Amino acid sequence: MSTTKQPSALIKTEALYTALFVVGLIAPFAIYPTFLMKLFCLALFASAFNLLLGFAGLLSFGHAAFLGTAGYVCGLMVRDMGVTPEVGIIAGTAAAGLLGWLFGVLAIRRTGIYFAMITLALAQMVYFIVLQVKATGGEDGLQGVPRGHLFGLVDLSDNVAMYYLVYAVFSIGFFIIYRTIHSPFGQILKAIRENEPRAISLGYDVNKFKLMAFVISASLAGLAGATKTLVFQLTSLSDVHWHMSGEVVLMTLLGGLGTILGPAVGSATIVTLQNELADKVGSWVTVIMGLIFVVCVLAFRRGIVGEIQALIQRAGIR
Amino acid sequence: MEIFGVPSALLGSQLLVGLINGSFYAILSLGLAIIFGLLNIINFAHGAQYMMGAFIAWLALTKFNVNYWVALIAAPLLVGLFGVILERTMLRKLYKLDHLYGLLLTFGLALIIEGVFRDQFGISGESYDVPDALAGGINLGFMFLPIYRAWVIVASLTVCFGTWYMIEKTRLGAYLRAGTENSQIVQALGINVPLLITFTYGYGVALAAFAGVLAAPVFQVNPLMGSNLIIVVFAVVVIGGMGSILGSIVTGIGLGLIEGLTRVFYPEASAVVVFVIMVIVLLVRPAGLFGKA
Repeated sequence: MSTTKQPSALIKTEALYTALFVVGLIAPFAIYPTFLMKLFCLALFASAFNLLLGFAGLLSFGHAAFLGTAGYVCGLMVRDMGVTPEVGIIAGTAAAGLLGWLFGVLAIRRTGIYFAMITLALAQMVYFIVLQVKATGGEDGLQGVPRGHLFGLVDLSDNVAMYYLVYAVFSIGFFIIYRTIHSPFGQILKAIRENEPRAISLGYDVNKFKLMAFVISASLAGLAGATKTLVFQLTSLSDVHWHMSGEVVLMTLLGGLGTILGPAVGSATIVTLQNELADKVGSWVTVIMGLIFVVCVLAFRRGIVGEIQALIQRAGIR
Repeated sequence: MEIFGVPSALLGSQLLVGLINGSFYAILSLGLAIIFGLLNIINFAHGAQYMMGAFIAWLALTKFNVNYWVALIAAPLLVGLFGVILERTMLRKLYKLDHLYGLLLTFGLALIIEGVFRDQFGISGESYDVPDALAGGINLGFMFLPIYRAWVIVASLTVCFGTWYMIEKTRLGAYLRAGTENSQIVQALGINVPLLITFTYGYGVALAAFAGVLAAPVFQVNPLMGSNLIIVVFAVVVIGGMGSILGSIVTGIGLGLIEGLTRVFYPEASAVVVFVIMVIVLLVRPAGLFGKA
């Protein structure tokens, strides 16, 4: 994570990412593709969220608004205007970015705990608007979105084809996040997180950087949301509900705040848990999510990946 | 009789509902502000604790035949005690960390509480009858005033101003204010700050439960009744700023009234009007109406 990495460590990191990438390529032949697609959409969503909280120190409690809005925009355009899937995804992402800019302009006027409350309230406003506007289908959500043909050529109704689109989207999104974090821009974000007054005194326009981070994060959350709509061929109110905003916080926290792979690991864990538990415990899923939250905050603040990194570091010292 | 083309009875009853909602906003944002002042934690479980108050009243009446008046005292005490336990066992461990962890922990607690109640009681909602002494209403000529609704407003305002008096005019309140300014110095002066913190959290939580009992006969008693309310209360807190006790009360009631008026003149916007006002306040006066910059 730091810039002063040993060359050998760099090679190891590269090898790790290459290995993971290959695993993703062959995964649909071993694991149910729909499950994997959900996982990758949410992993991108959580990674986008982590860019904001983990690297800029901004807790947005309204990220579901971007996921959901992009989903609705993409779904409406693909279903009712007959555009191709890639246009739908781009439009959804752009809509989420624009909404992110609006949220950002308002929310960065306050810091810390107020920032979280403002984003939550704005997202709730989006929820009510989605609930009332006719085009979104209200309580029923947006159903029957066709997957269509990518670039008018590749039939996405085939699950394997769809999987590789989702995987490509995830990889591109993840790469953007990775590059952002390791760019000078990412370093400035970290500086703002660590010591905002000092960053200001060094001459950085802190609010401009925060807003930029917010827009990038919102757009990528939108990218995840638009893709998710195509996968499931529907968008529902639960995608804009505050429960979803809370879930993405949980995934990131469980996987490891401010680690690059953490959010993906966290969302894989949560999605698997939800899948396994849904039939067995029914409504207790919420309680279990709450318990994981409490345990993470009280005793497991580094998260899964954070703990592993700490272990490796300790082993390296000895 | 009509006012701006709206029958006065409709206007009056919506303003009354607005005033009731406003008093709940006031009590809840007051509790949040007191807790935040001393603990530096935004209590996300506030809505769940409000819901617990309502459910304890309902359970007491239906299962144990305990009447409204006993519940009005007992439910805040029980939920307050629950808050004290939470503070002693969990929240206490977070004071040295980033404030955001407190928000996340209480969010998790809210999920747990809500999930357990939803599993036990479903989401259909239970009704709680208005106590006999407060049943019925008075015809004011231009509108019908249900006595219970008038009581809710009187009771919540009394509790709000009682709290204000306690904080601004008593010795305990002086400790609390001093602790909010600089808890280390207060501790050095020989005041048991950890105990003060526990008490404060318990009191803030008890306020939420009190509002919950008051709400039980007005709204349906429902496991989700708190979570939607608390998000609006967050907006109220952003609008008012958490710096002033009286500010919280005034902002809460004012926003309740505006919401009531919106329901009369433009019902589609009533769910979002508080958030729209929050946006305007953020643009014009980012620190909040009563906040210190």
